[in-house]
Amino acid sequence: MIASSQQRAATVSHPALSNQDRLEMYYYLKLTRECDNAILRLYKQGKLVGGAYTGYGNEATAVGSAYALEERDYLLPMHRDLGAHLVKGQSLRNTFLQQLARGESLTRGRDGTGHYADPALRIYGNVSHLAAMIPIAVGIALAARMKKQEAVVMNYIGDGGCNVGDFHEGLNMAAVMKLPLILIIENNQFAYSTPTSKQYACQKLSDRASGYGIPGVTIDGTDVVRVYETCRKAVDRARAGDGPTLIETISMRMHGHSAADDASYVPKGMVDEWKKKDPIDRFERVLFGDRILTEQSKRQIEEKIEGEITGAVEYALEASYPPGAEAVEGVYAP
Amino acid sequence: MTYIEAISRGMWEEMERDPAVFLLGEDIGAYGGAFKATKGFLEHFGEERVLDTTLSEAAIIGAATGAAMIGLRPIAEMQFADFVTCGFNQLVTNTAKTYYRWRVPVPMVVRLPTGAYIHGGPYHSSSTEAWFFHVPGLKIVAPSTPHDAKGLLKAAVRDNNPVLFLEYKSLYRRAKGEVPDEDYVVPIGKGDVKRGGDDIVIFTYGATVQLSVDAAEKLSREDGVETMVVDLRSLLPLDKDLILSSVRSTGKVLIVHEDTLTGGIGAELAALISEHAFESLDAPIRRVASPDAPVPFAPTLEEYYLPDSEKILKALRELSSF
Repeated sequence: MIASSQQRAATVSHPALSNQDRLEMYYYLKLTRECDNAILRLYKQGKLVGGAYTGYGNEATAVGSAYALEERDYLLPMHRDLGAHLVKGQSLRNTFLQQLARGESLTRGRDGTGHYADPALRIYGNVSHLAAMIPIAVGIALAARMKKQEAVVMNYIGDGGCNVGDFHEGLNMAAVMKLPLILIIENNQFAYSTPTSKQYACQKLSDRASGYGIPGVTIDGTDVVRVYETCRKAVDRARAGDGPTLIETISMRMHGHSAADDASYVPKGMVDEWKKKDPIDRFERVLFGDRILTEQSKRQIEEKIEGEITGAVEYALEASYPPGAEAVEGVYAP
Repeated sequence: MTYIEAISRGMWEEMERDPAVFLLGEDIGAYGGAFKATKGFLEHFGEERVLDTTLSEAAIIGAATGAAMIGLRPIAEMQFADFVTCGFNQLVTNTAKTYYRWRVPVPMVVRLPTGAYIHGGPYHSSSTEAWFFHVPGLKIVAPSTPHDAKGLLKAAVRDNNPVLFLEYKSLYRRAKGEVPDEDYVVPIGKGDVKRGGDDIVIFTYGATVQLSVDAAEKLSREDGVETMVVDLRSLLPLDKDLILSSVRSTGKVLIVHEDTLTGGIGAELAALISEHAFESLDAPIRRVASPDAPVPFAPTLEEYYLPDSEKILKALRELSSF
């Protein structure tokens, strides 16, 4: 039986994936994709507040990486890492309350999209200045070590964001202090409209790791098992006190930067090529091949997901916006 | 005790009191800090709590913010306030906004060795408060005496919000005074009347407090005009009650700060007073501040540029003649 995202608290303790684990990963991949579809529907219906930013094409990286974490570990995901939020235990209800800027959302409507935190789950979302979260991740890793929590911190950046100074300052400090940090560069070919050829001149972004004296590896970001295994190794290394790892995952941002972006700058045929490597389809083929998944169990998973999402969306749509006067409350902590 | 000894003492006592308090910054450990504020700390508290960092202000402030988010109470040192520019984005994007968005408190202190009067030139003399004065979510304090330096430092460490602690390099060894041995805090948000007077009120903070008191004394001796001097001590939040009641009891206002004139703290004070105590004013609000130029290096230039008690006295006499 597959645990629902509400029940699951990310307590994987076995490096080798069981069939049950693989089915669960499949569930989270599909759940992430269907959440994105629901968000896009809400956007088209004019019910979403602000833009819609999907993780289409990035599901294997988000799910596989977070699957390597334990309950005590910290997750600092980006806006295309909904799958990581869900694997770490975030509820669908909170997900849609947040997307719809409702008063009972985790940010009480004060911030949108993936910018939410859930300290109880040790999830701290992003700010729009994505790389600015890297030094924050460093500080959490430092404090977690000082508090002897034996926890690791997983943080994400993109092929654009890794060119911001915070990337260098943060990763260098983490390396010098040997902090338990795993930084994943989600290289999805475009930073808004800018292709990777205009972002960096090195061959691989993981090459930068050697400049900090830490391991760096580039992997296929559409292969959820590969992502998990690589991250698991980095997590073990970090937990053992051996310091940070830089992991570059190669994938394709299958949608525009946001739903308002038609991505006309993407070369013709590129998306079609990448569709052959769709992270969900390819894992599904593996699971069918290994007879872990059947048409019947696939249908059951899909029905379960549909029911969960429908319930969460309905709940969130019913919820109200925060009262306007709350805008000036809670600027300072008591 | 000197002003810098009081700051050291405050940090030491807070670290003894609360194991969640730790220090991070450049050259603060084995070397004891560029101004020796943390001399002896490494030996006493150990490497775990006195962290020599890489030369990376954004990472220092960001790491302090992250550590504070999960319950520690870091004190980050900028070697000079000027270098906080490199960490500006962290302060305004993460440090200041985290509690509002996430209800996750960020209890941290950023120590900013501030100001001129030391021939430091454009990059070792800056007053940075006006940049951050405009940022909701931050607090800013600016002590002018050893007593207030220790008391405000301790209050800043215990506050559940990020506090920028402006410490005046020109006062480090020049300002001396009684500092109680016992545990005390100077509450953030409370100004202090340094000198009573019914004719004029000066609002000031930091290195220009003593210069203002000197000018007020001279005016009293020579002209028989009595000037109240209010040390704001806390810039964000301002002690609005004290400010407005002092305006009402005097009717004439001089604002003095070392920072440059345009868009400085004085501009907000003038607006606040005009909005809430206009009917009490007997003269236009006057400001003495540094002119709108970078802090220059040569002694002649710096002397021309900075507020001194003569400039303050001149402004007081102009106000007095109204």
